[in-house]
Amino acid sequence: MRMVMTGNYASAYGAKLARAEVIAAYPITPQTSIVEKLAEFVSTGELKAKFIPVESEHSAMAACIAAQTAGARTYTATSSHGLTLMHEVLIWASGARLPIVMTNVSRAMAPPWSVWVDHMDSVAQRDTGWLQFYCQSNQEVLDTIIMAYKICESGGVMLPAMIIEDAFILSHTSEPVDVPEQEVVDSFLPAYSPELKIEVGKAMGFGSLVKPDQYMEFRYKAMLGMKEAHDRILRVEQEFKHIFAREHGGLLERYRCEDAEAVLVAAGSVAATAKDVVDALRDKGMKVGLARMRTFRPFPQEEIRAIASKVDGMAVLDRSYTFGAAGAMFTEVKASAYSGQKRPIVKNYIAGLGGRDITPKILERIFEDILVFTKRGEESDVEWVDVAGLPRKWR
Amino acid sequence: MSKSYEELPLTPISDTPSTVNLTGLWRVMRPVVDKSKCKKCMMCWKYCPDAVIVLVDGVPVIDLKYCKGCGICAEECPSKCIVMVREGGE
Repeated sequence: MRMVMTGNYASAYGAKLARAEVIAAYPITPQTSIVEKLAEFVSTGELKAKFIPVESEHSAMAACIAAQTAGARTYTATSSHGLTLMHEVLIWASGARLPIVMTNVSRAMAPPWSVWVDHMDSVAQRDTGWLQFYCQSNQEVLDTIIMAYKICESGGVMLPAMIIEDAFILSHTSEPVDVPEQEVVDSFLPAYSPELKIEVGKAMGFGSLVKPDQYMEFRYKAMLGMKEAHDRILRVEQEFKHIFAREHGGLLERYRCEDAEAVLVAAGSVAATAKDVVDALRDKGMKVGLARMRTFRPFPQEEIRAIASKVDGMAVLDRSYTFGAAGAMFTEVKASAYSGQKRPIVKNYIAGLGGRDITPKILERIFEDILVFTKRGEESDVEWVDVAGLPRKWR
Repeated sequence: MSKSYEELPLTPISDTPSTVNLTGLWRVMRPVVDKSKCKKCMMCWKYCPDAVIVLVDGVPVIDLKYCKGCGICAEECPSKCIVMVREGGE
């Protein structure tokens, strides 16, 4: 059924269709209408699940960990400071190999206080062992939640996943969304049945102490899980496409990258705007393309390398900044690109922090800039885009 | 010899509960209860971070197999009926 809904409701419908059995969430700011809608589904009996309101996001994740360990499919949602408060338990969830799925509405961290889009909250969680999907539409949010359970619950993966929705641009903006029928989703996503779970009457300790002679082996296994996730994402998406007749681009969605001289690498909603800009510039005869980073974890290393082997320039747009270094996505894109034979010019653009609009005009100027750099063969640095007081004008 | 990663489960799992760890062995200071002064207010029971205090007729009995000797019960007791004494001392 086609409905008009916000990204937040798309998340709620996704969790409902995936038949989440336990939803634990902190109900106050920075919580969003995601769990409000889910609480409504549970109270009306539309969703048969246990809804646990807790006193903090740290507790929300702890409750999900416990429920998932007992064999329930769990879901939670948070944003910005709520996500960063979860940090400790995020690492526990992946180490315990629990395929929890969560939506994070990506918002800037304070101070300065903000409620607008910025990827610092989720980028700061990149080392927690969670898969990260950055979405560009409300449809993708709903579809990715359903796919994420199937990807993560596979025996070879067994890791949690974070679905990232840009604040306001997706979270509070209404778009047409195709909401699939429950029976069809059920045929795609079977019930969760883990090999190991807490059982009544059987004493077991999960995540117990190991000595230095055995710790690395467990970390090695988690690494293998993330590696397996790469192929699993592609396979599950093909299966999804077969049933639902739509797809979202695997780990790295490539848009008009064939024969491109320069590509923009970007994640989240800005990538949708960038597609229009690519079309406009192509009409003017400029050979540009877009590589949308759909997953930051697992990192699309091979995919980036394949693009780097063909283009002369890569512009990497980061909607966050790693102080003392550069944009995190830029650093990793460049490392992957430079492990190949051909080394394109890779330049970092820091833009759109704290909800600053990244307009088509700005994206056009980024494309023009990377083409100039590429032509000159200049080694590049990090460029902060659209900052008042800096000489360069972007608007 | 360590087990190969292939022989291990996804996350470490033990079949024994953590009660096999007798954490009372960590203790330097031991709580001693003067039952005659106890007002049965349950403050010690409520504050014990290791839940090793059981109430018998409202009076605390501390399980020394697990009590780590943190002293919170003695600190919180309003009628000062719990005192901490050095283990192995006089």
